[in-house]
Amino acid sequence: MLPMPHRTSAVPAPLGAPLGVLTTPSRRGFLKLTAGAGAGLIIGLKLPALTKAHAAAAAGDGTFNPFVRIAPDDTVTVIIKHLDKGQGAATGLATLVAEELDARVDQVKVEYAPANTPVYQNLAFGMMGTGGSTAMANSFMQYREAGAIARAMLKDAAVKQWGVALADLEVKDGKVTHAKSGRSATFGELADAASGLRVPTQVELKKPEDWIYIGKSFPRVDVVNKSHGAPNTYGMDLHLDDMVVAVIQKPPMFGATVAAVDDADAKAVPGVLAVVPLPVGVAVFATSTWPALKGREALKVEWNASGAETRSTDTMLQEWTARAAQPGTVGRKDGDMAKAIADAAQVIEADYTFPYLAHAPMEPLDIAIRFDGEAAEIWTGSQFQTIDQAVAATVLGIPPEKVSINTMWAGGSFGRRAIYNSHYAAEAAMLAKAWGKPQPIKLVYSREDDIKGGYYRPAHAHKVKIALGADGMPTGLYFHAVGQSIFAGTPFESFLVHNGVDNSAVEGFEDMTYAIPNVLVEATMAESKVPVLWWRSVGHSQNAYTMETIIDRAAKAAGKDPVAYRLALLKDDPRKTGVLKKAAEMANWDAGAPAGRYRGVAVHRSFNTSVAEIAEVSKRDDGTFKVEKVWCAVDCGVAVNPDNIKAQMEGGIGYGLGAILRNQITMTDGVVDQGNFDTYEPLRITDMPDIEVFVIASAEPPTGAGEPGTPPIGPAVANAIMAATGEAYTDLPLSKHDLV
Amino acid sequence: MITLKVNGQQREVDVADDTPLLWVLRDELKITGPKFGCGIAQCGACTVHADGVPIRSCQTLAADATDMEIVTIDAVSGKEAKAIQAAWEEMAVPQCGYCQSGQMMSATALLRDTPKPSDADIDSAMWGNACRCATYHRIRAAIHRAAEIMEG
Repeated sequence: MLPMPHRTSAVPAPLGAPLGVLTTPSRRGFLKLTAGAGAGLIIGLKLPALTKAHAAAAAGDGTFNPFVRIAPDDTVTVIIKHLDKGQGAATGLATLVAEELDARVDQVKVEYAPANTPVYQNLAFGMMGTGGSTAMANSFMQYREAGAIARAMLKDAAVKQWGVALADLEVKDGKVTHAKSGRSATFGELADAASGLRVPTQVELKKPEDWIYIGKSFPRVDVVNKSHGAPNTYGMDLHLDDMVVAVIQKPPMFGATVAAVDDADAKAVPGVLAVVPLPVGVAVFATSTWPALKGREALKVEWNASGAETRSTDTMLQEWTARAAQPGTVGRKDGDMAKAIADAAQVIEADYTFPYLAHAPMEPLDIAIRFDGEAAEIWTGSQFQTIDQAVAATVLGIPPEKVSINTMWAGGSFGRRAIYNSHYAAEAAMLAKAWGKPQPIKLVYSREDDIKGGYYRPAHAHKVKIALGADGMPTGLYFHAVGQSIFAGTPFESFLVHNGVDNSAVEGFEDMTYAIPNVLVEATMAESKVPVLWWRSVGHSQNAYTMETIIDRAAKAAGKDPVAYRLALLKDDPRKTGVLKKAAEMANWDAGAPAGRYRGVAVHRSFNTSVAEIAEVSKRDDGTFKVEKVWCAVDCGVAVNPDNIKAQMEGGIGYGLGAILRNQITMTDGVVDQGNFDTYEPLRITDMPDIEVFVIASAEPPTGAGEPGTPPIGPAVANAIMAATGEAYTDLPLSKHDLV
Repeated sequence: MITLKVNGQQREVDVADDTPLLWVLRDELKITGPKFGCGIAQCGACTVHADGVPIRSCQTLAADATDMEIVTIDAVSGKEAKAIQAAWEEMAVPQCGYCQSGQMMSATALLRDTPKPSDADIDSAMWGNACRCATYHRIRAAIHRAAEIMEG
C-alpha cells in the first residue's frame, strides 16, 4: 500500500454524501451558502475563503481569479478543476461562469486546471478530484461566484474609464454598455484593466428567473472537437518529441510476483529498447506501441503465486453466500426485525450474487511522464490529481509540488481513473526511475491489461428477507451484504467506513426511505487480493437491484400493482414519489403493456438524485428478451444543463443495461477468464432501447447526474422479465439464465 | 519500407511486416483520429475507410493496405461526412468521444451506400462500433438526422 496522500485542511466528505456533510468549520462561510443555493436568496454574499484565493491571482493580465481569464481577443477561458470523461463537467462549469458573466457562448473556452490542491480542490472531497457525481454540486456556487466577481470587476473598470455611474451600466452578450453616453466595450477591451482592480468581497448573483443558460441550454464545449477526430485531446494520442512507449506485463493472478524473467526473445523484437523488472511486473520499453506490445508478447516470465488470490470466483461467491446467512456487522437497525419475521403473515427470502465488473472505458488507461531527476511532468486523464501527484512524488522521492499534471480529456472512466492508490501514477514513476533519462515515457494499457487488471466493482453476496403483514405491506426488511470493502485501507476509510461497515456495501439500504417499521442492515467485509474500486454508482449498482427486485416480489405476493405498492411506501419521500409518478405517467403505466410486451419499474436515489425507470421488454421467438423502451424521470435539483442530464441518463441506463445483460469478470483458480471485448462484450447499438427522459423542474441545489441513471435499470429490466416469466433472477448477469 | 496513400498523401514508413495499419497511422504518421480500443476488431474505434469501405485498422496489416486509398476521420470529406459531422454536433452525440471517430466513419460509409437508412440498416452497419458511454440512442437519431440534412 502506498502512503496516504497529503490531506488539506478541509475534511473530505464521502462520495455521494448528503450536502450537509460539506459544512466543515474551515469553509462554513461558503458552505452555508451552498446549502441555500438555488433558492433565489443569494444576494450580497460574503466570500472570505474564495476572495482570498482570488485576490492573490488578480494581476492585471486578464486573470480575474483562478477560474476565469479574459484575453484581449475577447476569449473567456474557464479553468476546469474537474475531469471531463464524457459526463459534461467542463460544459457545466463553463455554463456557470458564462451565466454570471453574461458571456456569449462563442467566446467561452475551457482549460484544465493545474494540480494545485488548495485552489482547485473538490469542495466535497478536500482534494482535487472528480467523482461521486459531485462536480456540479460542489461547484455550483464557486463557479458562479467566480463569474460574478469577474463581471463586477469589468463593470468597475468601465466606471473608472468612462467616469460613469455603476448603476447605469449594463452587461450583456460579452459587452459592458453605458446607454446614456452610448459607450460600449467588449470584455476583451476591458479585461487587462479590470483584472488589475480590487477584487470585490461581495458580489450579487443572478436570480434564477434571470438565468439565460442555467436550466436552459449551453452547447457542449467539446462536441465540435470530438466530432472531428479529437486531435490533442486524449492521453492515448499524446506524442512528445523523443517519447518512449512502455507496457507492463502484470502477474496472471492478483498478488503474484515476478520469480524469473527470460527477456531474450523480447529484446530481439526490433524497436524494443529495454526490458526492466519492476515491483509490479515486467516493463518493456520500445520506440512505439506495436513493438512494445510485441516485445511483451515474447517475454517469458515465471511468477511466484504464493500469497496470490488463487480461488475461483464461484468458490468465493459460495463462501460469501454462506457467510451472508450468518449475522454481520450492523449498519442500520430500526425496530425489531426478529419480531417482524416472527409475526409476519409471509416472509420472502432470497440470496443474490453479483459478479465483479470491469469499467472498460473506451480509452484504456494511459499516462505519460517526464522526469529529469528533480521534477516530473505528467500527462493523463487525471481524475484524482491530488493523489496522482502525491503518489508519483512519493515513488520518485520528490516533493508533490515538483510534480506537475497536465490533465487530458479522458475517454471514459466510470470510476476507473479515480484510483485511491493511483497505481498507474506509481507505475509511471517506476518506469521513469527505471529508464533514468529525461525522455517522456508513455505507459499504455492494452484492453487486456484493462479487463484483466482488477480494480473491479466488487463481487457481492446478499441475503435479503422481507416480512409482509396480513395486508401484504412490508413490516420488516433484512439485508446482509458480503463482499470486499472498497474504502477500507484507502484515504477515504475514515469517512466511509463506519464501525466496520463500508458505506458502499449498504448504501441504498442504509438510507432506504420505504416506510418499513423494522429494518436491519448488515455487512461483512470479505477478504481477497482482487483490487476493487467504485464502478459507476458504486454500491448502488448492486444494492438497487436487490432492493427493487425484492420489493417487486413483495408487491406480487401482495397482489398489488408495483407502482402503487411503492407509492404507498414512499409517502414520506416526496422526491422519489415525484419521479415515480412522472415515469408512470410517461409510460402510461396504468394502461398496461401492449400485447407481447412486459414492463418493470424501479425507483432509487443515489448521490442525492432520485430516478425512476420503467423498462418495457419483448420476448423473442427463442425465448430471449429485448429491452425495447425505457421511460426515465430524474430529479437532480436545479438542472444546470438539461440536455446533458438527459444524455447522462441515457448513458447511465445503457451502461447499467450492458452489465446486467451479460457482463461479468470471473476467475478460474485466480486467473481472470475474460480478456477483451469478445469475452466482456459491451452493450451494442442493437441492445439499446429507445429512451425518453424527463427532468423534473426543481429549485433545490443541484445534485449528481453522472451515476444515478445506472442503478434503476437492472431491477426495472429484471422486473419486466419477471412479469413475463414469473421467475426471479438473483444471480447476475442475466445471460446466465439464457435470457439475452 | 512501404508506401501508403493516407488522406490523399503518399507516405513512406519503415515498419515491421506485421505492423497493423492502426499503429502506422497513430505512431508513425501521428494521425490519431483512429483510436486504439481493443486491438482485435471488436470495438470499431479504429475504423478507417479503405477505398471507401469501412475497415478495422487494428486488424489490417499496413503492408496489405498499400494499394488502397486510406481515409481517416481527420480528413474524411464529401456530403455524407459533412452531414454526419453536422448531425453529431447538432445532437450532441459524443460524451467521452473516444469511440466517435470510428462511429462516424462507419456512419459515413453507411450513408454513401444507403442515403436513407432504416433502423435495421443502422443496426447492421453500426453493430461493430462499441460505445461504453452508450450514446447509441443519439447515434441512431443523428444518422437519421444526417440523412435529412443530405436531402436538404
